[in-house]
Amino acid sequence: MQGLLGKPLGRVHWSNKAAKTGPLAHRPDNSAFMQQRLPAWSPMLTTSTVLPFMYCMAVLCLVVGVSLLITVQGTQEMKLDYTEAGTCNNCFQSLKNVSNAGKSCSCRVVFTLEHEFKGDVFFYYGLQNFHQNLRKYMDSRDDAQMVGRKQNLKNPSSYCEPYIRDEKDVPIAPCGAVANSMFNDSFALQYQGQPGDPINTVPLYRKGIAWYTDENVKFRNPPKNKSQTLAQVFEGTTSPPYWQKPVYLLDPLDATNNGFINEDLIVWMREAAFPNFKKLYGVLVRTQEPFTNGLPAGNYSIDIVYNFPVQYFKGRKQVVLSTVTWFGGQNRFLPIAYLVTSGLVFIIAIFLTVIWWKFGKDAKNMNE
Amino acid sequence: MLRWTRQQLGFDPPHQSDTRTVYVANRFPQHGHYIPQRFADNRIISSKYTIWNFVPKNLFEQFRRIANFYFIIIFLVQLMIDTPTSPVTSGLPLFFVITVTAIKQGYEDWLRHNADNEVNGAPVFVVRSGSLVQTRSKNIRVGDIVRVAKDETFPADLVLLSSDRSEGTCHITTASLDGETNLKTHFSVAETSVCQSGSRLESLQAVVECQQPDPDLYSTIGDSSLLIIAVCTTAGVAVYTGMESKMALNYKCKSQKRSAVEKSMNTFLIIYLCILLFEAVLSTILKYAWQAENQWDEPFYNQKTEQEKNSNPFLQILKFISDFLAFLVLYNYIIPISLYVTVEMQKFLGSFFIGWDLDLYHEESDQKAQVNTSDLNEELGQVEYVFTDKTGTLTENEMYFRECSINGIKYQELNGRLVPEGVMEDTLDGSNTGDELLFLKAVALCHTVQISYDQPDSMGGGGDPFSHANGFSSGTMEYYASSPDEKALVEATKRYGPPGTLKVVSAVLGRNIDDHIPLIFPHDPYKLLHVLEFDANRRRMSVILDGEEHPESYAEVERRLGAARTALQHRDERLQEAFAFIERDLQLLGATGVEDRLQDKVQETIEALRLAGIKVWVLTGDKHETAVSVSLSCGHFHRTMNILELLQQRTDNESTGRPLMSCLMDPFLPSLLRINDDHVIQHGLVVDGASLSLALRQHEKLFMDVCKNCSAVLCCRMAPLQKAKVVHLFKTSPERPITLAIGDGANDVSMIQEAHVGIGIMGKEGRQAVRNSDYAIARFKFLSKLLLVHGHFYYIRIAHLVQYFFYKNVCFITPQFLYQFFCLFSQQTLYDGAYLTLYNIFFTSLPILVYSLFEQLVHPHVLQTKPALYRDISRNSLLSFRTFLYWTLLGFCHAFIFFFGSYALIGEDTSLNGNGQMFGNWTFGTLVYTVMVITVTLQLALETHYWTWMNHFVTWGSITFYFIFSLFYGGIIWPFVQTQDMYFVFVQLLSSGSAWFTIIIIIVTCLFPDMLKKVLYRHLHPTGTQKNQRAIYDLA
Repeated sequence: MQGLLGKPLGRVHWSNKAAKTGPLAHRPDNSAFMQQRLPAWSPMLTTSTVLPFMYCMAVLCLVVGVSLLITVQGTQEMKLDYTEAGTCNNCFQSLKNVSNAGKSCSCRVVFTLEHEFKGDVFFYYGLQNFHQNLRKYMDSRDDAQMVGRKQNLKNPSSYCEPYIRDEKDVPIAPCGAVANSMFNDSFALQYQGQPGDPINTVPLYRKGIAWYTDENVKFRNPPKNKSQTLAQVFEGTTSPPYWQKPVYLLDPLDATNNGFINEDLIVWMREAAFPNFKKLYGVLVRTQEPFTNGLPAGNYSIDIVYNFPVQYFKGRKQVVLSTVTWFGGQNRFLPIAYLVTSGLVFIIAIFLTVIWWKFGKDAKNMNE
Repeated sequence: MLRWTRQQLGFDPPHQSDTRTVYVANRFPQHGHYIPQRFADNRIISSKYTIWNFVPKNLFEQFRRIANFYFIIIFLVQLMIDTPTSPVTSGLPLFFVITVTAIKQGYEDWLRHNADNEVNGAPVFVVRSGSLVQTRSKNIRVGDIVRVAKDETFPADLVLLSSDRSEGTCHITTASLDGETNLKTHFSVAETSVCQSGSRLESLQAVVECQQPDPDLYSTIGDSSLLIIAVCTTAGVAVYTGMESKMALNYKCKSQKRSAVEKSMNTFLIIYLCILLFEAVLSTILKYAWQAENQWDEPFYNQKTEQEKNSNPFLQILKFISDFLAFLVLYNYIIPISLYVTVEMQKFLGSFFIGWDLDLYHEESDQKAQVNTSDLNEELGQVEYVFTDKTGTLTENEMYFRECSINGIKYQELNGRLVPEGVMEDTLDGSNTGDELLFLKAVALCHTVQISYDQPDSMGGGGDPFSHANGFSSGTMEYYASSPDEKALVEATKRYGPPGTLKVVSAVLGRNIDDHIPLIFPHDPYKLLHVLEFDANRRRMSVILDGEEHPESYAEVERRLGAARTALQHRDERLQEAFAFIERDLQLLGATGVEDRLQDKVQETIEALRLAGIKVWVLTGDKHETAVSVSLSCGHFHRTMNILELLQQRTDNESTGRPLMSCLMDPFLPSLLRINDDHVIQHGLVVDGASLSLALRQHEKLFMDVCKNCSAVLCCRMAPLQKAKVVHLFKTSPERPITLAIGDGANDVSMIQEAHVGIGIMGKEGRQAVRNSDYAIARFKFLSKLLLVHGHFYYIRIAHLVQYFFYKNVCFITPQFLYQFFCLFSQQTLYDGAYLTLYNIFFTSLPILVYSLFEQLVHPHVLQTKPALYRDISRNSLLSFRTFLYWTLLGFCHAFIFFFGSYALIGEDTSLNGNGQMFGNWTFGTLVYTVMVITVTLQLALETHYWTWMNHFVTWGSITFYFIFSLFYGGIIWPFVQTQDMYFVFVQLLSSGSAWFTIIIIIVTCLFPDMLKKVLYRHLHPTGTQKNQRAIYDLA
């Protein structure tokens, strides 16, 4: 390696010390910094310092692990694969034929909850083997368009390849492969306590499922006048080729939930890290009986509008019902990790104590 | 223009002819064909760059480095093909590294420019058109007549034409060239010495024929020398100017020595390059294996563009290559880009500590340690063999005349007089015998000592100092000698000479070729005809004096000498021949005994080095007995040592191979056996130069084996080149030990340059050794602190720096590699581009830099008092392959824990939020990244043993900075940016309770095993260093 200085370092005068004269002109300063005597803390990892720390850590991990475990035990989760379940098998078969791709197909699956789901219940849809994390796929979106920039609406970014414009050269909004492949099954959940009981529609709140910042900042509809409708704003664009409805009609029930700020769209646009994932669909509304305490045990059925094809990538579709605690959904790994760590640390601490005891507390062998 | 360009780039071939012809005052011959020669102007350019060529030239130099070249290739690949990361992610760090280096080099060059301008702009007087003209130094051309006043420096290499003295002499010192401050007399040619005025010089028509520029300082023709101080006003003609002057030719960058650490670093880099290639190839192959199945290749949601679908075989291959390159780009961060720049900063900044060290400062001479290259700092901690000169290195080189032997009678100093042994003082009659006189005469005449007078007014007005000499008392005179024993001898003559010789001796010292020297007896004057200078090969000097006897033989001598001295080629060889012709049939008059005191604490230093496992070799030109006694007195040899001797192996035995072999082996075989039998007794070896060269030539392996088993080796009767040869031999022996050479004189230079580390002693024999050394210290005793403390510090610092750098980059990039297994090898990055870019230049750069500047495993005092600690780090132990493997594996393990820990905890489909919302891939990447930044920083904290406030500041500051940066980066919708992937991702992550628990448990899991390992090793197999840490810890 070439030296930093081709010339002797001594030639570089850093201060005006060279100007000093006298017999000791070149004497270096007797400062702590220059003499490498800065006050310093020198910790040492010895058995005796580490042991108390280890016991403390074992206890701490144990406490955290146990409390996490208790919390997790309180959560409930139910997964239902409806790809070919119940009458959905027909839809599955029908979608195998490409010509039926655009046709709507309805089906119903039934299930039973053995135990009551207490508290807030979250309704997710899940996909397996769907790679939302492919590079080409992930890149194929235009955040500038979806943040509502007017000039980007009709000039989608080249990133959106191959879904920038349709055959007639009309710009696609929202452009890109991610938006194009948006999940488009819809669900209606019904509850029937016992056979013969009246059927209750389970009310699902379909908002608040996307991040607050996404909903309010990152995704915006293009600016419009008071007189304009959303449809007029999107005039001159076309919807992605696989979509059945244009972007301004995604939610027929709530006019404010349309366009780029449609929460289903936003949820979909947050690409999952792994090929098996679930996405939030709705939250149980607990205002009316019998759902004030959550989902009671009993029989349920889901009416599904079955649009999303998964057979092309050997995928599966699921519905997930889950309760969450303050630290999230049902995840047993975290408490287990803490408990195992606690146990291991404890065993090693004991082992180390034995060594410490046997080979001398002050490590006699150190004084050779 | 082309020619100019070529010259600037240094492509022009050197001058064609062997000699150059200089026309004084540029008066070219009027008739006859004259081919003008091109000479350089007198501009001194030590700077490398100009404003115009700085950017291209500096860039070119930087990209010649293999690492920078690698990164620029990666950058270009990113520009050309579709790669997962934007070119900015590798362009920015590269730009950062290049800029930092360029700023540093630019600053240094600016300093050089300033120095050059000062020299080039200095006012000088030149004779132009018959009168003196003041101009600037850079305007001097070859052939100009330059006037140099008293105490001025020479602006170029000059040939002396005349001086204001009638004899045309001039006294100069060559302090700037070789540090010798003694006055040297130079003589002008008689024909020109009369030209003392500008007009007369102007009318001078002369030609100087001289060699082409040549860097050898001592092969000068006549009187050329640059930047030397003149003692009287002189006029000279410029023969070598500017970059062709001796000074400039000697002002070259020294040979590039590489440290062992750097070699290891390069090996590691190659290993990592292999890992990188392996990962890229594996990923590419797996990608195509996946794509063979249609469902993965092109699911409906990821349709290919038309262009991608139209594939012919050629495009397929192109696609394959571009995929490979894309993976290369994705994983390229495994080669740590900032490693080189950090190492450079560390070496540059770290080397200041040597100069700043008060313990390496010598008060008497006001000299501090000097660092000439910072590249070798850590090599100071790896030294296995020390080769040291004796005179001036182990000894003070302050000679004092003690005794002498004249005609077989020993004389000693007694009450300021020289008296024969056994004779009482009162019996002396005060007169000297003939033998004594002859002896004193010889001592008084045969030397090259110069005098200077302390009183400045005596030299005022350019007056002849010699006219004052007789009226002077000796107290105002200073002797300057190129060798201290000469000085001692002259001083002795002054002391012991017959009464009344004081002033005449002093006059001798300033002798002049035209002076008739009244020596000792005023009626017995001598005229000095020639000086046959001392050199290390002949080991003698002589003078030729004017005498009446043998005029015919003198004529022959004169002829030979004159021919040899004026030869333009092979002058050295011809001089040697002439000297050999003259110096024969010599008679022994007597011998002098000059004492040279040992330096302070030499014994302690040698003992400390030995305890540190360093073998000390003394290489000296002295004869065997002297060398051995010095060795014994300085503790190099012990009385208890079994001393083997290999002496007097005459080279004339060479013809008979067999007997020689046995005669060499004879003294060795039993001792060899003893060495193997007995490890308790230490062995010392004495070998002389002739035997050494024989042993090296014929029994190299055996000799090396013996040497390795000896704890002390003494080589006497060594020629300077032999010293370098011994060093070279050891350097290249199979074990490749690290060698250090230390010396003070010009004869040690070759050894100093040859050894891995060359140390110069700022002694009395000029600055040749210091200029050629890597480090220079004032006294031998400083060597122990330099090696045991500074060497130890630098080594552990840089070793950890290198290991840690590789570790942290493995941690960094392996999760990204693992992620490919989950995203069908689609080259999706795990981290955002900004994080990729800033990891090495912001988030993890400062803690390691500060660590590598301030880390101390043990207090310096302990290191110095317990030299055995030096053995802990010997043979590059901290960069052994095992340690490297450990750190690399640690990196991989940590990376696996980061990735799979986060994977298991976030899970495939677990909500981490209390509101049931889900996270995406960027949150996952950020989680891994957060855990990584903290773990990697804390891993270094675990290694740190010396926590100054700066370590605290940068360690906790880096983590804090990461959090602040992430909050800021994720808090804004960035204008002009295509994707807003990171918007509020970090805040969302931190708002999740389980993310915090995840971060904590992963960090603990990562750091715990390494901590446990450290504790166990410390408890069960503590190294010497750790034992001492413990001792200090217990004390506190």
